Amino acid sequence: MTFEEIKNKLKNCTVGIAGAGGLGSNCAVALARVGIGTLIISDFDIVTESNLNRQYFFKDQLGQKKVLALKRNIERINPEVNIITHDIRLSENNIVDIYKNCDVVVEAFDLAEMKKMLIETFLSALPEMPLVLGLGMAGWGKNNDIKFRKSENLYICGDEESEIAEENPPLAPRVGMVANMQANTVLEILLNK
Amino acid sequence: MQITLNNRPESIDKIQLSVSELLEIKNYTFKMLVIKINGILVKKDIYNNTFIKDGDDVMVLHLVSGG
Repeated sequence: MTFEEIKNKLKNCTVGIAGAGGLGSNCAVALARVGIGTLIISDFDIVTESNLNRQYFFKDQLGQKKVLALKRNIERINPEVNIITHDIRLSENNIVDIYKNCDVVVEAFDLAEMKKMLIETFLSALPEMPLVLGLGMAGWGKNNDIKFRKSENLYICGDEESEIAEENPPLAPRVGMVANMQANTVLEILLNK
Repeated sequence: MQITLNNRPESIDKIQLSVSELLEIKNYTFKMLVIKINGILVKKDIYNNTFIKDGDDVMVLHLVSGG
């Protein structure tokens, strides 16, 4: 497929991004660059200093709502993307409603319990929705530990073991690897449809 | 019995086992897990009385924080 053909196919697609932190912001930017038609992005948080080591925000955006700051950044890259934002804390009560019309949903939370909430809620309420998960990307190095596997409609990106800790922080390179792996998986799902 | 565990064939020396027993045998001590048997979600409150049979396809996902 040429890039024109790819863009033509992707412009009719809608991708949900659940969380606009390290995974969500970088994954959304990658998808915007290749011409996804619509992105639905949710997050309740604001941009803080500690986010700048890995998230797609700028120093002059500190204090701004993450979903709005990310929307502005994406519009500077590709204004043709339709971006729907929800400044909301996602939960089992709202997540299916927000993302039910997507072709794919990208799980981009930081906390394990939120990842679990997303997976269990979709598997119970909308089991056929493709879910692209980011699992295990703290620290640095260990390129070969980052891997991909698929279990029916779950697409799992990451090393599946390195958990964030004081001495093992999430950093731009490895978080970016997994975020871009998620974006790459989204393309594989959408372009093979 | 022969099962598939996380896409790999796995031989277990039992005729029947519960999800809880599988987690014990495989040393899955993590608290944040998502488990599917033949594509169906199995929630934590039924790990003790959900049984895995010969030929089942089991997925155990360990959720770690970070993103």
